[in-house]
Amino acid sequence: MNDILKKGWLAMVLAFLYAPILALILYSFNSARYSAEWEGFTLQWYANLADGGELMQITFNSIFLAMASATGATILGLIGAVALKRYQFAGKALLKALIYVLLMSPDIVMGIALLVIFVALQLDLGFWTLFLSHVTFSIPFVIVTILGRLEGLDENLTQAAHDLGCNDWQTFRMIIAPLMLPAIFSGWLLAFTLSMDDVIISFFVSGPDFEILPLRIYSMVRLGVKPEINALCTILFLLTMGVVFASRKLVGEKE
Amino acid sequence: MTDPQKSNSFRLFAVGTLWGFLGLFAFIPLILLFMVSFFERGYSEFYVPGFTLENYLKLLDPVYFIVFWKSFKMAVLTTVLCLIFGYPFAYFMASMPKKTRSLLMVLIIVPFWTSSLIRTYAIVLILRTNGLLNSILMNLGMISAPLEILYTDWAVYIGLVYTLLPFMILPLYSAVEKLDTRLLDAAQDLGASPWQAFLKVALPLTTPGIVAGCMLVFLPALGLFYIPDILGGAKSLVVGSFIRNQFLAARNWPFGAAVSMTLSMMMLGLMLLYAKVQKKAGNQEGGML
Repeated sequence: MNDILKKGWLAMVLAFLYAPILALILYSFNSARYSAEWEGFTLQWYANLADGGELMQITFNSIFLAMASATGATILGLIGAVALKRYQFAGKALLKALIYVLLMSPDIVMGIALLVIFVALQLDLGFWTLFLSHVTFSIPFVIVTILGRLEGLDENLTQAAHDLGCNDWQTFRMIIAPLMLPAIFSGWLLAFTLSMDDVIISFFVSGPDFEILPLRIYSMVRLGVKPEINALCTILFLLTMGVVFASRKLVGEKE
Repeated sequence: MTDPQKSNSFRLFAVGTLWGFLGLFAFIPLILLFMVSFFERGYSEFYVPGFTLENYLKLLDPVYFIVFWKSFKMAVLTTVLCLIFGYPFAYFMASMPKKTRSLLMVLIIVPFWTSSLIRTYAIVLILRTNGLLNSILMNLGMISAPLEILYTDWAVYIGLVYTLLPFMILPLYSAVEKLDTRLLDAAQDLGASPWQAFLKVALPLTTPGIVAGCMLVFLPALGLFYIPDILGGAKSLVVGSFIRNQFLAARNWPFGAAVSMTLSMMMLGLMLLYAKVQKKAGNQEGGML
């Protein structure tokens, strides 16, 4: 009886977590427009998406933003992690505290803080404000990922490079960065998914000139259920899942 | 390694870049937000520099206080529900064979990696009047008229628990997994019932996990404004929606800033409490950095 209770509980919670996602995927192929009844298989909603050029443009915007901000966050995060690991400098404790605060602070506080600075700097809300915001909220995650791997870096290697006459630029470029590649890669993917998924921070710092997918989905959802959203969400869901599993596999193989 | 560092251009570059970027886009914005919370409301601009405590005092006004209070109730109830469903899950999960455990782990982590907005929307499909839940229940003859769950507080609770449950399960699981089951056996050998052994041995030893999980659920539950927006009725409001409205609809930035500072301070208080509990439990892995 105990065993049944255990397995039943585990199954129940998992069913709760996965039922909505499965329903979403199923509905995206259902030809009924309004009802929950199954009225036959269709690819109509996917076809509608492909026709609606605007949605494609917005999807492209989102992917472009995610790639750009992930790249920015990874470069800054790598340099930052190396600085935090290898050097002592003024305000290091404060900087560490700041990174911790960024990791833990509610998205909404980040969102309005960024809005306040962009308005104070008189930047127009649009691609660049989104880019800077996404880089900012991704950096701490990249730093933590890369710091984890820097812990395992053999100091003898950097010492040897130094003894052989490398300056720190060369050591960074030829020793540290190549050895950090798996962490750089997983940090980039983490930043990419964070950027693709963010709703709250983007909500405050985006403008009408550069629409992104999560915010478009948000406004569509509030207007009611449309089967095209099911198709769009299914694509986005499978895309993120694909990226995550690919990265886990790649990183897993390298380590 | 320390002697050549003084005039090291790479060091200057790395430290400068990190400080420069995070300083401009994280440190200064947070300081600025803090300052704005003491400013006065402006009508042609977003805020008028000055110093007033009015924005904070306003929070004690029953009109606003009730929003906070309701939002707290919602976050607390969400946390309790997550604990009720999550603790047994973590506890049973830890007792499974190794292979099952790692599979369950992946299944719990997967939702983390997907947009919670999309998953919230998926709940709409299930709960709406002509949605999956109602059509299943009606076809089974269990109900005769569709249940109206969507756009009520119930739907918001379902959405919050659904989104935040993995955040509860993961720290609980890592606490339960570390639990030495021989201690439970020992308690039972000494005459404790399984229930007593659980209450007096397992529960206290997993307290750090419970505290961590509750924090990870409680804090976001206050801020996730799109969940009540999508699933809730007009009256379901979290502090997050309130802050958003102050910034985007009411255009009262100083008040919105004061509300978010209050939220951050409470968060800080909870984190310090958490650090204390971790320390008390002799856990060395408290910090993330």
